[in-house]
Amino acid sequence: MFDKQKNDCYTKAHKTKESVVKSIHSRLLFFISQSAECTLWEYQTKESFAESFFSADDSFNILQGVEIMKKKTIISLFLCAALTLSMAGCGNSESGSGDSGEDTVKVGILYSATGSMAISEGAVKDAEVLAIDQINEAGGILGKQIEYIEEDGASEPSTFATKAEKLVDQDKVKTVFGCWTSASRKAVKPVFEDYGNLLWYPVQYEGMESSPNIIYTGAAPNQQIVPAIDYLIEQGYKKFFLLGSDYVFPRTANMIINAQCKAKGVEVVGEEYAQMDQTDFSSIISKIEAAQPDVIINTLNGTGNLSFFKQMNEKNYTSDDYMTMSFSIAEEEVKTIGADILKGHMVSWNYYMTTDTPENKEFVKAYQDAYGSDRVTSDPAEAAYDAVYLWKAAVEKAGSFEPEDVIAAVEAGGITFDAPEGTVEIDGENHHLIKPVRIGVIGADGQITTVKETEPVVPDPYLESYDWAVEANIQPLE
Amino acid sequence: MEQFVNTFFNCVSLSSIILLTSLGLAITFGLMKVINMAHGEFLMIGAYMTYVVQNIFERFFPTAIFSLYYFFALIAAFVVTFFLGAVLERTIISRLYGREIDSLLATWGISLILQQAARSIFGMQGVNVRAPSFLNGGITIGGCTFSYNRMFILGLVIVCLIAVWYIMYRSTFGKQMRAVMQNRAMAQCMGINSKKVDMITFSFGSGLAGLAGCSVALLGSIDSTIGQSYIVNSFISVVLGGVGKLTGTVLGSSIIGFGSIGFENYTSASIAKAAVLLIVIIVLQFRPQGLFSVKSRKLDE
Repeated sequence: MFDKQKNDCYTKAHKTKESVVKSIHSRLLFFISQSAECTLWEYQTKESFAESFFSADDSFNILQGVEIMKKKTIISLFLCAALTLSMAGCGNSESGSGDSGEDTVKVGILYSATGSMAISEGAVKDAEVLAIDQINEAGGILGKQIEYIEEDGASEPSTFATKAEKLVDQDKVKTVFGCWTSASRKAVKPVFEDYGNLLWYPVQYEGMESSPNIIYTGAAPNQQIVPAIDYLIEQGYKKFFLLGSDYVFPRTANMIINAQCKAKGVEVVGEEYAQMDQTDFSSIISKIEAAQPDVIINTLNGTGNLSFFKQMNEKNYTSDDYMTMSFSIAEEEVKTIGADILKGHMVSWNYYMTTDTPENKEFVKAYQDAYGSDRVTSDPAEAAYDAVYLWKAAVEKAGSFEPEDVIAAVEAGGITFDAPEGTVEIDGENHHLIKPVRIGVIGADGQITTVKETEPVVPDPYLESYDWAVEANIQPLE
Repeated sequence: MEQFVNTFFNCVSLSSIILLTSLGLAITFGLMKVINMAHGEFLMIGAYMTYVVQNIFERFFPTAIFSLYYFFALIAAFVVTFFLGAVLERTIISRLYGREIDSLLATWGISLILQQAARSIFGMQGVNVRAPSFLNGGITIGGCTFSYNRMFILGLVIVCLIAVWYIMYRSTFGKQMRAVMQNRAMAQCMGINSKKVDMITFSFGSGLAGLAGCSVALLGSIDSTIGQSYIVNSFISVVLGGVGKLTGTVLGSSIIGFGSIGFENYTSASIAKAAVLLIVIIVLQFRPQGLFSVKSRKLDE
């Protein structure tokens, strides 16, 4: 009555004693949902019930947990199951339709619709929905239409983990597109690894990670941060000030930048971190004034950017006084902050709305047709759009929707997509994309123009091909 | 010297922002003892009102008078939040007087509803208000730049403070208000309509939150969480200063403002936040009633 794979996943997922209770709880839910299909009453004794409720190859401690819980739980479990039986007529038929229908394939979309990160994550979700709609219109994948299930991570890593488990376990999605912050990605990573499912993560990040169950379609540090710093050094900037929000991406990014600056002989004159919800930047601006840098490397994220640039503007500072190089400001943020404040400042991404490819023209048009002509496309949105198409390519190559087959196809290499940013390819070894890097300058019209474009760069999340990074021994922050 | 002046101005400016956001709370929480978790959302509404008024001016009025939008925004923010405060008081809070925990939960629910409403109306993306031209930039005197909108907020705080002080301690309504808050039964015996006084007091506090929202809109982005980022400091400064005393709130917000900037100058933002909270804890250990407190002969206080 269970499929075998599911049970194996369960066994892997829950190893500690503490999780036994949780495990039983989720099994209970799963069991209840399945109960209509089997005859519950064939489990006459407690022992035979426990044996079939947990598969034979379950680890010892789970059975031990059953012993502890048996007396109280089993009785209530029977009651619950009996209760569900009576309601199962409607409930179960609905949850079963995804598998029995056979003409759709379910995928999960997991972003924050509420909380502080909803600001950024909405646009990314829109791009993925657009890609899914386009694929469905063109006939779907392997003859099946894509059906997406949206979940709200609520800007809370723990909620992301719960929702990811729900998508993978209850909804039985074949893959999930989702997460923005590194914290949320780290929270869902064990879920995908334990269940053997696949996550498509669309945002540039700090690197130092390469999970077999995640495909990273945003930039690795050597596809955004490292080339940007190289460009600044090339341009003759000598005194760097590092400013970021206080969480894992800016801290790791600055660790890399510090090592790079040291190796290249330029000076880092200050390093400051703002709280995620900080609204007053006057102190940080005073520190910048005291340090007198040529350029500020800005890794602020979310609302901090607007407060910082507004308060720099209050002091009459423009890009002539303090140049900034930002890693989290894309078209979407430029629109909010205002081009009058941001003009002349630099950013580093793989894609801009102005990127001159035929694919991009189509993408921008489709995006604006779907969501309004005032909407802008940005790098994370584009990477999210690519993710859906790359999944399609991988599924078609594998000839199967099963995550392990798709992962095998990815690791065999050669999964490409003619993306708006140019052709991208998944690196089978580290699950990142081979993509070009573009340094841009924000114009007075709010559009970002490319001032330097590289050939497609091979991803190197651990920066192993850079001597200075190996020497500095950069470790992932947990 | 230059740096000292700069730091001092930053301290005063931050204190004034905290004070402005706490003034309303000093009335609803300090005086009325209503724990209004939705106070931050009134601030958010004030900020969004600024955005709405700005857009109306942009669309329907000539650009020459665009900068005047801000004065209308101030009025609109106050009026709208005053009115919403009245509605909230009448429908929910007035039924929960004396049940602090219940009103805390109820207003927290309201706050979630308002946040979601803001997201539904204005979208998830934060919006930005353009400062009117006369508040754009700053004036540089001897190497120090004083931004116009921070000076404006400072002025606004002083005006609000005087207005609140006058209403509370010099007007007939203020006398009635304090009478009701101190001894409701006796005030009612004297013929004061305590329900009306409650409603107006609460609305006034909410209106001040709206004004604060209008001014913080100049400093950063406006989104549904803006209230949350200011409300914590406001509660702390009211509790620290002593519930029910205006001078207490002024002193409380100054301690937090000066403390934050002072510590942040020598350490980092995170450490500064922790250090300020540590100071607050120490102060409350020795003076649990806050720095200032209303002297009372009641035995139960």
